[in-house]
Amino acid sequence: MTAPCTVRLPIFEGPLDLLLHLIKKNEVQITDIPIATITDQYLAMLEELPELNLDGAGEYLVMAATLMVIKSRMLLPSTGEDDEPEEDPRTELVQQLVEYQRFREVAAALGDRHVLHRDVFAGGGETVEPGPAGEEPPPVRDASLGELLDALRDVLQRVRPPRAHEIGRETISLRECVSRILARFVLDERVEFASLFAADAGRGEVIVTFLALLELIRLRVLRARQEERFAAIVLELAVASVDEAAMRVRDLGDLEEWRGEEEADGSSGD
Amino acid sequence: MDQVETDTTTGNGNGSANGHAHRAAVTAPADDLGRLPAILESLLFAAAAPVPVARLVEALDGPSRAEVVQALEALAHRYEREGRGLRLAQVAGGYQLRTPPEHAPWVRRLLRERPARLSRPMLETVAIVAYRQPCTRLEIEAIRGVDVDAVLSTLLERRLVRIVGRKEAPGRPLLYATTRDFLEVFGLPDLAALPALRDLGDGAEVLVARDLTVSAEGVAVTLESPAAEES
Repeated sequence: MTAPCTVRLPIFEGPLDLLLHLIKKNEVQITDIPIATITDQYLAMLEELPELNLDGAGEYLVMAATLMVIKSRMLLPSTGEDDEPEEDPRTELVQQLVEYQRFREVAAALGDRHVLHRDVFAGGGETVEPGPAGEEPPPVRDASLGELLDALRDVLQRVRPPRAHEIGRETISLRECVSRILARFVLDERVEFASLFAADAGRGEVIVTFLALLELIRLRVLRARQEERFAAIVLELAVASVDEAAMRVRDLGDLEEWRGEEEADGSSGD
Repeated sequence: MDQVETDTTTGNGNGSANGHAHRAAVTAPADDLGRLPAILESLLFAAAAPVPVARLVEALDGPSRAEVVQALEALAHRYEREGRGLRLAQVAGGYQLRTPPEHAPWVRRLLRERPARLSRPMLETVAIVAYRQPCTRLEIEAIRGVDVDAVLSTLLERRLVRIVGRKEAPGRPLLYATTRDFLEVFGLPDLAALPALRDLGDGAEVLVARDLTVSAEGVAVTLESPAAEES
């Protein structure tokens, strides 16, 4: 029962998912896993998985280590010192697998339901575009970092050129910029990337503003969307409101008290 | 159209169209029960979200709750029997008119809407939150065996889960729970209607505390609690 040469690797949602796949493939009981066989196959699969994304790799490796520990413990003869009754070293893993399997099943059941906006529709809310068919609105997609950088380059080119007589450093903090960007969303739902940069902004200000923007995207407060490649990049809130955005940013500590003067004296809605 | 009947009982004399329709609904008495399903159809059509029975009873101001429920059933049967383009669904503590799934291709084309994908990680994560709520990120990760930070953000963004507070534990981690939208999206009347977790041996766990969910807005409200708060 060796691992056959798998042509198409299914996509696994993590080490437990992969283990369940192996258990099913080997037609063995989840409660009585032939740990040596499964461990070997698991390791073989790991090598085959073309490119584990870096985030996930660690989890797969931890499981590999766990499997090997269990395997070795199974090989060891039971020690004489019995402070505890002999426990099957697989117990914990089995429990974890059983638990995960239950939720995997329920998840599948949820996915099979008649999902709103996918399989069924309810009245109210949806507007039907009056335009003729074929004029489908272009799909909007997330702009990539590369595209953001391209846009930044455009802005930098537009920015006033550094002049010889320019003295003194521009002082603008990241916090200030975050505040300034979010303030734009009080009035507008969508803000064009280029409009974040004032025509008379210096390079320093442009760059800090860009960093603030990246931070907001990283924190998933804003989303950068683009209708197609080379189209204007548009920013929108990824959270429900500016208040929520403010909370999200504040929650994350490192930009504490980012709220600038403009809000401090206004309505302090919390 | 039904409401152009001439039984303007009392009123201000001049039966304006508005006042007229209003009257018709308010005075749907026992002898008029036959009209109840049609009136309910209007109410549900006009509402954007699932309507709790209590709200229907209140709006009708006459028929009892039992009569209203019976009329709703009659309406539901009519839709089924006549193969109509609507179905009466019981979701998120209320009733809602929905299109039958077999009509989805056409509706989708009309709306020019590509349905947002529900990936397996999303489904697994939201399932865990649904059964274990309120729960922390770590608790979810313990079950799935992978990092769920990004998935949780997506679920929050899609409003399928929400943050309900912090756990009184080291680090005060955030607690997640499912939303009313969750029930609506998956067409569930309440959390108790979740598919049963298969009992795979070790001690049966009944996971859903029914009354756990009745609190602030956006929460799953069980059908039995008519005080379905809106806000």
